[in-house]
Amino acid sequence: MSKAAELANLIGNINAGGGGVNRNVIINGAMNVAQRATSSTGIGASSGYFVCDRWRFSKGGDASDGRFTMTQDSSAPEGFANSMKLDCTTADTSIAAGEFLLISQRIEGQNMQTFAKGTSSAKPFAVSFYVKGNASATYVCELVDQDNSRQISKTFNVTTDWARIELSFPADTTGTLDDDNAKSFELFIWLHAGSTYNSGTLNSSSWASLTNANRAVGISSFFDSTARTFFITGVQLEVGQNPTEFEHEPFERTLSKCQRYFEKSYDVATAPSTASTNGWQGYDAPSGSYGRFRAEFKHTKRAVPTIVTYQHSTGASGKIYTASNGTVDSALAGIGMNRAQISKSGAALSSVSEVGCHWTADSEL
Amino acid sequence: MNITQAQYQAIDGDSIKDEENGSYIKATIDGTVMFVPLDPANRHYAEILKQVKEGTLTIKDAD
Repeated sequence: MSKAAELANLIGNINAGGGGVNRNVIINGAMNVAQRATSSTGIGASSGYFVCDRWRFSKGGDASDGRFTMTQDSSAPEGFANSMKLDCTTADTSIAAGEFLLISQRIEGQNMQTFAKGTSSAKPFAVSFYVKGNASATYVCELVDQDNSRQISKTFNVTTDWARIELSFPADTTGTLDDDNAKSFELFIWLHAGSTYNSGTLNSSSWASLTNANRAVGISSFFDSTARTFFITGVQLEVGQNPTEFEHEPFERTLSKCQRYFEKSYDVATAPSTASTNGWQGYDAPSGSYGRFRAEFKHTKRAVPTIVTYQHSTGASGKIYTASNGTVDSALAGIGMNRAQISKSGAALSSVSEVGCHWTADSEL
Repeated sequence: MNITQAQYQAIDGDSIKDEENGSYIKATIDGTVMFVPLDPANRHYAEILKQVKEGTLTIKDAD
């Protein structure tokens, strides 16, 4: 993008109510943070969060076929260090009607209020990202208002070279977004869809009530061959008529944002369930106690989180180390948005004993 | 989510199924043992409730 075009876009977006710093409502759009793992194989049986923070994968229809490996990859366009790569390992060329493969980011309603959706002052949506693949393909980017079941979709093309995709979506004066911490809005990338989702007419010009048949019309299938790959990075969603350059931010700022949704006692680069003494939390518990200690979170969670404890030297989940009794089941108390209390389960300690474990706290949408 | 076990857990004698006292469900989800708070805004608890409603999951009472 030329500097003149960039300036024109920025001015246009400022006039439309956007622009400036903190304009990107997508978290970890540059795929720099991957607290859970940097690679996960055999994905496809169960939806969830596997590699890059905040990026959710979901697959529906036939859970028994279509598998891929997801990695945080060093292939990236100029100015970026990372991308998220999907590599098909089991093809699915018999596409059942209800099948789909999506990657998405779910956004809290309170972080979408700047778009003034559902009001007479509603703002347009500008989406941009960088993609490449093993061969030419067409996929769909969809914006969904989850509070009011409304959506709009646009196709984009992938080639073997990194390409910047810029998509402009109109404002929507229907359906306000809840001002709370729940899932109000979702940006989807459709990579595979059966006739339930692609048998109609792509709804690409204006927002409309969600009709499944109109969501992913005209896309290729990521599962058509084990040669298929898909890379994406630099994802940005902002107020405005035209996408602007990606808003880079320091690693620690992105990590901090991600920790509202997922946090761990492990070092940043160490995946949960890894055997590691770095940062494991514990203390010398008195005799007669349950070895209870507080796991203090660095950041207030979006909601009360799910806690997983890991025995630090084996990585076994649901376990805690005690010097006096070895590895035993763990127990939780007082799980809140800022801390949780972890202890051993069962009988109290019969002597002074070191007690501790690693932990994760998950409050993803 | 593949949830293979779910059981309410009591906290040091507090009554179970009591959010004020911090009770929770211990569940095995996708092969990992998790401690899930009884908060509808928690995605794991929401999925547990969904599967219970669909009749595919039963939450055992606390021991």
